[in-house]
Amino acid sequence: MKPTYLLRYFLPLITFLILIAFLWRGLYLDPRKLPSALINKPAPAFALPTLINPKIIFTKNDLLGHWSLLHVWATWCLTCQEEQPFLMDLARDRSIPIYAIDYKDDANTAKQWLHDHGNPYQLIGFDVHGDTGINWGVYGTPETFLIDKNGEIRYKVTGALTPEIWQTKILPMIKNLS
Amino acid sequence: MIPELGHFALILALALALIQAIFPLLSRRAAFGQLFFVLFAFVCLAYAFIINDFSVAYVAENSNTLLPLPYRIGAVWGAHEGSLLLWITILALWTGAVAFFRNQQIPEEFRARVLSVLGIISSGFLLFLLITSNPFQRLLPNSPGEGVDLNPLLQDPGLVGHPPMLYMGYVGFSVAFAFAIAALWNGKMNSTWARWARPWTLSAWCFLTLGITLGSWWAYRELGWGGWWFWDPVENASLLPWLSGTALIHSLIVTEKRDAFKSWTALLAIITFSLSLIGTFLVRSGVLISVHAFANDPARGAFLLQLLAFVIGGSLLIYTVRAPLLKSEAYFKLISRETFLLTNNVLLMSIMATVLLGTLYPLILDALDLGKISVGPPYFNMVFVPLMAPLLLFMGIGPACYWYEIDHKILLKQILYPFVLALVLSASLILFITNMLPILVWLGLFLAFWIIFSTVISACTQNKMLVRRKWGMLLAHTGIAVCVIGITLVTHYQIARDVRMQPGDHVTVGAYDFQFLGVNDLQGPNYTGADGRFLITKNNAPVNLLHAQKRIYTSDQVTMTESAIDVGLTRDLYIALGDPVDTNAWGVRIYEKPFVRFIWWGGLLMVLGGLLAIGKNRKL
Repeated sequence: MKPTYLLRYFLPLITFLILIAFLWRGLYLDPRKLPSALINKPAPAFALPTLINPKIIFTKNDLLGHWSLLHVWATWCLTCQEEQPFLMDLARDRSIPIYAIDYKDDANTAKQWLHDHGNPYQLIGFDVHGDTGINWGVYGTPETFLIDKNGEIRYKVTGALTPEIWQTKILPMIKNLS
Repeated sequence: MIPELGHFALILALALALIQAIFPLLSRRAAFGQLFFVLFAFVCLAYAFIINDFSVAYVAENSNTLLPLPYRIGAVWGAHEGSLLLWITILALWTGAVAFFRNQQIPEEFRARVLSVLGIISSGFLLFLLITSNPFQRLLPNSPGEGVDLNPLLQDPGLVGHPPMLYMGYVGFSVAFAFAIAALWNGKMNSTWARWARPWTLSAWCFLTLGITLGSWWAYRELGWGGWWFWDPVENASLLPWLSGTALIHSLIVTEKRDAFKSWTALLAIITFSLSLIGTFLVRSGVLISVHAFANDPARGAFLLQLLAFVIGGSLLIYTVRAPLLKSEAYFKLISRETFLLTNNVLLMSIMATVLLGTLYPLILDALDLGKISVGPPYFNMVFVPLMAPLLLFMGIGPACYWYEIDHKILLKQILYPFVLALVLSASLILFITNMLPILVWLGLFLAFWIIFSTVISACTQNKMLVRRKWGMLLAHTGIAVCVIGITLVTHYQIARDVRMQPGDHVTVGAYDFQFLGVNDLQGPNYTGADGRFLITKNNAPVNLLHAQKRIYTSDQVTMTESAIDVGLTRDLYIALGDPVDTNAWGVRIYEKPFVRFIWWGGLLMVLGGLLAIGKNRKL
């Protein structure tokens, strides 16, 4: 039989095998994981009144000159409570300054929350409507951004910041890029 | 005790399914046995739901003592394990039917082979169920006193109808698949297998059409923003076998009547069921994001994918090896019914391929590390319409053609009058009512009228006798036309208003006045909430008093919007209560949707037409 003649009958099987390969690969991918579009780009500029004292304005300049973590949290976020002990440890060890954005929250509830759970933050920007969060590509809480000395975003953690992520991803990155 | 009996019944069913697959002489009896035990297991699971047995993990995850009884039964198929059991039960029902109906004069050897193929599929799915997704898993020793509750989105009458109908269709195509494999295996494939397969394929197609129609109607009522099709991956998963199945039923006609397209028909039968299987996989594996998807679990996905690879890969291998033996001998001229049916199938499969591509594209890009994107309605609408339009056009010409050849002069005479009539009537109607003639609206209405007129004229002029099958085709094609009218008109002429209303406020939408009367507290069997009352008047005459609700379900505090709909022949009035704004005001969404009901009536007409076409070719 001529080869072209046979090819026509093989086509469905070959197409299916390619499809299976993609579906197999797809099983081990997570379609919900969205990488940040801001990695290795300058952090967006912002100016937020701080939670504790609205007259003080927290801006991007506060992040320059040193490595820092920017932590997006809210009192209505349950995972943030789980994360809190580790953040307190980080703050106590003075490993890295931690800044925060209080995202779509109520000011009084937030202050009470910090009173109850501790305040590991240098400055807390109060983003009541979430506009700053939008600029940073925030789509949930908690999210943590690693920002270098020049104000560029180097890493984003979606979900809780765990000791593992800190040890295996963030610390090495700081060492390599310092 | 009962759940354990159910579990044991499934193991017995698996054993019988294996016997059915391997031993042709015992296949009929094994099929009946499998059906009995699978039904028994299904009843055991339903029983666990009815008596609120929360020691069964699946019941605890999907039910609640406050859940009304009909929804407790519907909850049986509300999540992965139970819906898989439903899938298997329906497969056992179809298998039992094939084993039972003897009046088709199918040789026993062939029937045994068909049952054997069905047995292989049953065994695979029962194995999958027992190993990875046991619905009878117990939560002992600390069984909860109360269940989590059924997802409130599923607490709707549509839940009772939509999945079972859909599965009857999806799974029903396994019969055509088994017929095709048995015929290919035989090697001698003459066209009689097509005649035998036809009623089974048509029944499955009718159920699938009904299932999709119900799903669209349910989404419209339940989701609160008046949409009826979202190109969601799971919706696409039901549309793909429908498109392929439609091509299949038309191809079967040609194979049966003209002994042509033999290998195409076999391939279509394999592809259609394969698409059903792939759809079943996509919904449960976590591979695609969808509001519909069941909880994802890569281990389950891996098992299912291997099962798929075996069944589909195996069947395509059989096709590859045997199909070259199936060269058809029939010839036909360029202008003939065969040509138009071939074109019809090519177009349908092209639409299927583009929908499949769009559905899988995010996965393909992600797998090749090319980024994360999502493909939504803009893509689908853009590719669907240009492919659908020629299909609808040819739908009007094909039935007018004779088999083998028709003289183009005769054909032109047949189709000229309906063509011009449709063109003129659609334009006049639109201009008369709206004083404008948008091209897409004209195109949609023209194609719909064209199908109706040409189908009616060709049916009346060709045969003196209008037999059942002709009626079936008439109704089914008219159903599509009605559906197109609905889609065209609602897409272009719907009016949506998003307003802030306080009690006493009026808003005008179209020719209607909507007055917000206020909100009362709402208490339901397993929910509380707010009930907003709206008075609709037209020219000061009352039309309806509607209740649009916001419900908070007690068990999981999920908020649901229950929209209020005034149903009409020529329009729906749709009110959805939004969120409270300030102390007294509410956000309200009001729609006037012209002719939206036509979409589902068109679907029902298609089902009716299909049902008529199943039987013998007698007078109506």
